[in-house]
Amino acid sequence: MIRDSASQMAKALAAGDITSVALTQVHLDRITSVDTDVHAFLFVDTQGALAQAAAVDAKRAAGEKLSPLAGVPLALKDVMTQKNVPTTAGSKILEGWRPPYDSTVVTNLRANDIVILGKTNMDEFAMGSSTENSAYGPTHNPWDLTRIPGGSGGGSSAALAAFEAPLAIGTDTGGSIRQPAAVTGTVGVKPTYGAVSRFGLIAFSSSLDQAGPCARNVLDAALLHEAIAGYDARDSTSINAPVPQVVNAAKSGDVKGMKIGVVKELNGDGYQSGVRIRFEESLELLAKAGAEIVEVSAPNFEYALAAYYLIAPSECSSNLARFDAMRYGLRVGDGEGASAESVMNLTRKAGFGREVKRRIILGTYALSSGYYDAYYGSAQKVRTLITQDFDKAFQKCDVMVSPTCPTTAFKIGEKSNDPIAMYLNDIATIPVNMAGIGGMSLPAGLAPEDGLPVGFQIMAPAMADQRMYLVGAALEEALLTKWGAPLLSKIPELRGK
Amino acid sequence: MALTYDEVVAKYEPVLGLEVHVELNTESKMFCPCSTIFGAEPNTQTCPVCLALPGALPSVNEKAIESTIKIGLALNCSIAPFSRFARKNYFYPDMPKNFQISQYDEPICINGYVDVEIDTDEGPKVFRIEIERVHMEEDTGKSLHVGGATGRIHGAEYSLLDYNRAGIPLVEIVTKIVPGTGKYAPQVAKAYVGELRDILRSLDVSDVKMEQGSLRCDANVSLRLIGSQVLGTRSETKNVNSLRSVERAIRGEMIRHAELLNKGERVVQETRHFQEESGLTRSGRSKEAAEDYRYFPEPDLVPVAPDAAWIQTLRDGLPERASIHRKRLQEAWAVPDKEMAAMINADVLNLVEASVDLGADPTKARGWWLGEISRIANDKDLAISDLSITPSDVAQIVAFVNSGELTDKLARQVIEGVIAGEGTPAAVIAHRGIKVVNDDGALMAAIEKVCAEQPETAHKIRNGHLPAAGALIGAVMKETKGQADAARVRKLLLAHLGQAE
Repeated sequence: MIRDSASQMAKALAAGDITSVALTQVHLDRITSVDTDVHAFLFVDTQGALAQAAAVDAKRAAGEKLSPLAGVPLALKDVMTQKNVPTTAGSKILEGWRPPYDSTVVTNLRANDIVILGKTNMDEFAMGSSTENSAYGPTHNPWDLTRIPGGSGGGSSAALAAFEAPLAIGTDTGGSIRQPAAVTGTVGVKPTYGAVSRFGLIAFSSSLDQAGPCARNVLDAALLHEAIAGYDARDSTSINAPVPQVVNAAKSGDVKGMKIGVVKELNGDGYQSGVRIRFEESLELLAKAGAEIVEVSAPNFEYALAAYYLIAPSECSSNLARFDAMRYGLRVGDGEGASAESVMNLTRKAGFGREVKRRIILGTYALSSGYYDAYYGSAQKVRTLITQDFDKAFQKCDVMVSPTCPTTAFKIGEKSNDPIAMYLNDIATIPVNMAGIGGMSLPAGLAPEDGLPVGFQIMAPAMADQRMYLVGAALEEALLTKWGAPLLSKIPELRGK
Repeated sequence: MALTYDEVVAKYEPVLGLEVHVELNTESKMFCPCSTIFGAEPNTQTCPVCLALPGALPSVNEKAIESTIKIGLALNCSIAPFSRFARKNYFYPDMPKNFQISQYDEPICINGYVDVEIDTDEGPKVFRIEIERVHMEEDTGKSLHVGGATGRIHGAEYSLLDYNRAGIPLVEIVTKIVPGTGKYAPQVAKAYVGELRDILRSLDVSDVKMEQGSLRCDANVSLRLIGSQVLGTRSETKNVNSLRSVERAIRGEMIRHAELLNKGERVVQETRHFQEESGLTRSGRSKEAAEDYRYFPEPDLVPVAPDAAWIQTLRDGLPERASIHRKRLQEAWAVPDKEMAAMINADVLNLVEASVDLGADPTKARGWWLGEISRIANDKDLAISDLSITPSDVAQIVAFVNSGELTDKLARQVIEGVIAGEGTPAAVIAHRGIKVVNDDGALMAAIEKVCAEQPETAHKIRNGHLPAAGALIGAVMKETKGQADAARVRKLLLAHLGQAE
């Protein structure tokens, strides 16, 4: 049962073949069994999940009309507030904090009767590409426990790959949904900026952060996408327009006549050979399915990473200023004779990890008087150029594609002392955030040289998220036909307890 | 050596710059739905947004934008078709996010002016104060630093924080530099703040209570030698909380600067705090090393882009300009300039106007507000607006006097009762058993008694010396415990003694 897709589980629930309580319990058992090895979860809300499942079962028994995913369990990235449930964003500075309010995503999940199993591990404040920056220890990739599950949302992707949950919520600032999906052989979608409310999403970089669905196939992602997306007056940047019909797109998968633009700059040197092989194969399958493959160029993408590492740290230096020990979270150095200033200093020193401090310092510098124009100002100009690159390219194609990441999952510890090498992992995902458009990663197979999953990225214009689902569904179907079974069926069995 | 003000302005020209912060009277805060009511229990008017809980996001109060645009229009500003919020970053415990959402290089209103008229040696003169910008921001919470000598955070034993005020909408109105006011600088500044207050009141966008802090003025002052084009170093006197203090603070700073400059010392660029008792300022925070607020556009809020039709609707709905409104009232009421000025100075013009709107005679309403009620406010050391007497009460009292149910003297007792919280004028009259003695029989008895007691005075009157009547009328009023109508007493007394007016 745990290896089924979310839509299969939903079908079984609707048919009365299983109750939500039973389904939830199976996943809780699985977590108990394998999570000591995987460490996908920071908190498992056993009681809350079972209570929510029982309530869904009661509604179903009473004959209420339920949403398509009602009763299906889900893993929530620990960056989302959930009322009375510990929420840390992977940081010591929030250890023990229980929010007094639900994020809009959680409100929407509850409205759809999706059962929240618990909170998943992440790089501290979503800063990282490996989940090694979590203050609570790394998450392990279920394909190979010595490897990273991607980041920042490694907990969510690992939970899917380890069959601990069929659905998960991620957030993506520079690739934190798509890169973990790529390295764990799962599906992850960063919708258009503003599609999913950020209210209750603990901010890393406000102008780049976007929550989205994580799942084991394209249709499941689409169902979850429709459940969490929509206008929210509490998020000024939220899109006030109908949610694109992504479920219909995922069910159709018809790409005949669509133009698929291969980004010249996101390929070639620096991309692992197995990544390139699987990417080319996928293009051939899409061509066979009736799409037209064209090449597009985005000359300013080469500046995306540099600009990102000015904008995101700048915003984070301000967003994270609120962690000052005054109202919630960790408080260090309090007591007789301590000043507010020294308590703030000591708390932030003890509460933030190295990468977070690095980015706060970078951002504070970039925003400083005399440096603003050269750093933050220039980065914003690059951002405009990247958006223009996308606009031009989308005149020639309906979606753009690239490998999601240059490599497959690396070893835990391999890059933790080399921030630049770590940052380069997001080179293909960052432009999407800079332009505020949509991006999806889905499995393209295993790299022949290491047997690890490779991700295929699809990028669609803003507010045309359905196009990613059309192409994703077409590719997924073609690959499934080729493989005969989903990629995750090849994942090594976790020994468990 | 202490300088006189005249010596200062004979040598130096003051240059002003005024920043006025106005708390808007919106029902909810700038970026969240929390209530803005003043005086609630600490930290009861808070939510995840104004407490800056992780994950919370601001959303703009549209009413606050509307109010700000109205202010901009009333101050003759252009309204930016596109303006942005910005983050002003600095750490302070009463600022929950450790940044303030404000506006920086893209404010909503720019380039306006206000004309103020003051009395000069050459008669009334109009000074134009140019407005640089009007922008929106949020207020901070309030800190109470307990223990320690200064009441400031340094040296305090502990601090209490109340976030009820955090996120209250503020509008900041910033003038361009104001040169050319010479010795009238303090008066011009006072008149400007007074004019702003009247404009804001007429727009109904703020309570404009300086003593409660809903209108706060920071006064920048610098001096330069007369004829010089170079600006001197300025000081910024913070939170001057009455019109009178604006005048005193600027005057005091001009003298202080001049004394330093005369001694060859330099003025330190710093904030200063006005001391109400002494009329002097004390040194605050140095601004010589400019703080770096690391402003950048607020990414959580979309830009403000009010459409032209909306702006036009707001422009069409603007009330009469305060100065024109005052002129119109003065004509309608036929009030001499001096009396008009007295009402403005005493801050009772709007109260008189409201009383008149409720049917009171303008002269009588003015008399009560400027006279008895002002006197009681002075005695109690309160602002008139803080007394619990309303224009409606005054209108009723005037009506009672007109109908003969109260005499002026009795009316004073009623006013005192209303202010003491005894209820409406009618309630005070009933409760205190106040009534005019209308019984001519009782009055005649008193008159006869008084004439018998003071035969010489009565004799003078009988011989046509009418000014002597006052003493006897007074004695009759005393006899009747003030409950008689003095006019009636006079009439009866004169008739009794064979005289007529």
